[in-house]
Amino acid sequence: MKRYLLVFLLFGLAVQPAWAETVEHTLANGLKVIVKTDRRAPVVVSQIWYKAGSIDETTGTTGVAHATEHMMFKGTKKVPGAEFSRLIAAAGGRENAFTASDHTAYFQTLPVDKLGLAFRLEADRMAHLSLKASDFAKEIQVVMEERRMRTEDNPGAKLYEALMATAYEEHPYHNPVIGWMGDLKNMTVDDVRHWYHTWYAPDNATLVVVGDVEPKKVFALAQKYFGPIPAHKLPVRKAVAEPEQPGEKQVVVKAPAKLPEVLMAWKAPRLVDPVKDVDPYALEVLSGILDGNDSARLPRALVKEQQVAIDVGTDYDPVLRGPGTFLIEATPNQGKTVAEVEAAIQDQIKRIQDKGVDAQELARVKAQVIAGHVFQQDSLFYQAMRLGDWVTAGYRWQDIDRRLAGIKAVTAAQVQAAAKKYFVDDHLTIGTLDPQPLSKKQRYSNPTSLGGGNVR
Amino acid sequence: MYADRLILLVLSFFVAANAWAGLDIQHWTTPQGARVYFVENHDLPMLDVSATFAAGSAYDNPDKEGLAGLTQGVMRMGAGDLNEQQIAEKLADVGARMGGVFSTEQAGYNLRTLSSPAERDKAIAVFSQVLTQPTFPEAVVEREKARSIAGLKEAETQPGYIGERAFMAAIYPGEPYGQPGDGTVASLGKLTRADLVGFYDGHYRAADMALAIMGDIDRAGAEKLAETIAAALPPGPAPAPLPPVAPLAKGSQQVLPHPASQSSIFIGQPGMTRDDPDYFPLLVGNYVLGGGGFDSRLMKEVRQKRGLSYSVSSYFMPMRQRGPFLIGLQTRRDATDEALKVVRDTLAKYLAEGPTEAELKQAKDHIVGGFPLRLDSNSKILGYLAMMDFYNLPPDWLDTYPKKVAAVTRAQVIQAMRARLKPADMATVVVGGQRGADATDE
Repeated sequence: MKRYLLVFLLFGLAVQPAWAETVEHTLANGLKVIVKTDRRAPVVVSQIWYKAGSIDETTGTTGVAHATEHMMFKGTKKVPGAEFSRLIAAAGGRENAFTASDHTAYFQTLPVDKLGLAFRLEADRMAHLSLKASDFAKEIQVVMEERRMRTEDNPGAKLYEALMATAYEEHPYHNPVIGWMGDLKNMTVDDVRHWYHTWYAPDNATLVVVGDVEPKKVFALAQKYFGPIPAHKLPVRKAVAEPEQPGEKQVVVKAPAKLPEVLMAWKAPRLVDPVKDVDPYALEVLSGILDGNDSARLPRALVKEQQVAIDVGTDYDPVLRGPGTFLIEATPNQGKTVAEVEAAIQDQIKRIQDKGVDAQELARVKAQVIAGHVFQQDSLFYQAMRLGDWVTAGYRWQDIDRRLAGIKAVTAAQVQAAAKKYFVDDHLTIGTLDPQPLSKKQRYSNPTSLGGGNVR
Repeated sequence: MYADRLILLVLSFFVAANAWAGLDIQHWTTPQGARVYFVENHDLPMLDVSATFAAGSAYDNPDKEGLAGLTQGVMRMGAGDLNEQQIAEKLADVGARMGGVFSTEQAGYNLRTLSSPAERDKAIAVFSQVLTQPTFPEAVVEREKARSIAGLKEAETQPGYIGERAFMAAIYPGEPYGQPGDGTVASLGKLTRADLVGFYDGHYRAADMALAIMGDIDRAGAEKLAETIAAALPPGPAPAPLPPVAPLAKGSQQVLPHPASQSSIFIGQPGMTRDDPDYFPLLVGNYVLGGGGFDSRLMKEVRQKRGLSYSVSSYFMPMRQRGPFLIGLQTRRDATDEALKVVRDTLAKYLAEGPTEAELKQAKDHIVGGFPLRLDSNSKILGYLAMMDFYNLPPDWLDTYPKKVAAVTRAQVIQAMRARLKPADMATVVVGGQRGADATDE
């Protein structure tokens, strides 16, 4: 059986073994329920994905999607305070949530017989969140601490935030997911209330369940707990397009650090039609050719041969609700400048634009993608993540493996064409980290005693 | 993406388990003395392998800090007749992934590959060569030294790194666990190729290898794989064990200046060993104190009641000798003193009164009930096999685990936590430090 599975994956046939069946059912109130069976362990993952992320926010209340996520753990009338988390933990489960530009998702991983508990609690807070002002006053402090930890005191994160704010001027990808500090300081519980009542509804959500379950029983359980929640009239989402970038942009961030860093962002396509699109898949392959493994072009040329950088990496994900971005990040080696690293990166791109890629490189990237498709079956959580992310970005769940087929079909000529089309200087934004000394004094010279309060 | 609310990593240091009937762990020793832990499972067409040695930073000579890490890093950059480019290409050609393992105690590599013979055999051949025939090319050693030095200089500007290093040095003064794992700019600069070759020959020996194998291979195949690697490793006995950790004679406090908007706080002392007789009472006891996320007292007092921190937790990291016990948090600079007081009061109160019966039940319910979650993937099972192998735990360790957790009593928790945690002897490191509320961070 295992050998056949591999063969199916290699040839992209739409055949799934019995343990990996995916089925979908939409409740009358619009809640989409997707179940994937995986019988390897008596465990189930339940994730609910709301199509509401920072992309849906407006000026002045950035960060409200994420603040709402925090408040979702503050209780309902029936399940007050932190009772949600206590009940999941007592059942042996783990739970958490994450907010991103395109979505907010909540998840529980549990022994399989406890799935009903997760549904009961999740349905309750979809419709009956308390949202007390006193809870909000404390929780927004926690969110600000989170922003300090993740962004303010993290030079790389500050650079990324500044880069996106520069690359995108009109599209909401301009704003950081966690929100600007000023907006967090001004946020009120009413902002959260408005957000919650606008977007937390069954017809704006997808429930993804992966584990050792019977799909029919899961659908019945979903009907029992989520079925009674009425559908919402969702507001019209106004499409905001980022206008074509008229020229290269630059931004500099100063932060306490030793080494500079350069972050280059080109405007790139999102995946629109998983069946017919070519360019997003060609760019995914290009990302692999540049940085997919230790032998790939950028680490080989910049780190090993030229030794102009100590690290280099690419990032491109076309599964998005908004416009795509192709990122290359590098840390210059000591004694090398940001300009030298930029030039070395541009040189590698130009080589592909001029001479294309060779067949062996292409085959290598595809081999990695195909193996990766097998490896990702190992994690229940990741399988659910892929489905939730895919469906919430607007694609049909039935098309999820078209991405693998699309990548496998990419030709060398398509990679070269994509490199020429998208790596255009006018569509490039460059962010540079300008490292600042920590203080005028030597850092370790004088540890001070705690009670003194004489630091700085 | 903002994974939220709590840092789950801390929980993963804890090994918890429950009645589990399905995991058939096979265990043997090769003629060369290598220990093998193996689970055969054909659900997915893939294979995971991990090979680790007692070759982490604790085994550095004090004047050659960073040698263990550099040795492990450069092993994959030239082996047998392959140069670094060929190693990377051969693995990528079959879609295999090889990752490094490096910590205070352990060093080695793991491999994930498709199990179809054509792919598997090529991947294992490269993996074996890296483990058994590293060549440490001179030019690569020099390049990686320079990269390590640059990376270290950068890390030394970041508050988390500064604090953790100072904390380990404070609780393990002059001891192997307290050595800076990444070395120092001065120590790295002096390392030579001969140092790396010598460290490899002395530490990567069959008699000390912990080999874990999980997935789609049969027993005969697993035995062959183990033999192939063990027979090609340097001969000789395993390195001498580390000396026991001395308890801290007295507490210490230091503030390391930093312009960050938050203070990063580290409080703790040497904690417990992997084979500690108090392992289970301390595991359960720490869940209630700071290991249990939103169930924990530290999270309730520091974050939920006062909004002082996004993340606050405590953990014991069990090691061959006493690994660290650490309470860690970050808070805005003007709340530093308040947060320190809340943490210390919470710890003192907990040590004085112990967990309530309800807290104890919650902790045990979570750890015991959540057992299946710990073993629901090949990669998690490999992690447990590798850990049990490295620490010489018996193959039935997972089977007996839930019973031992369930049997823990409140009195045992109180006794063990009081015996182990001495607030007056703890080291405190603060990076940043208290400053007035008028000095805002924007």
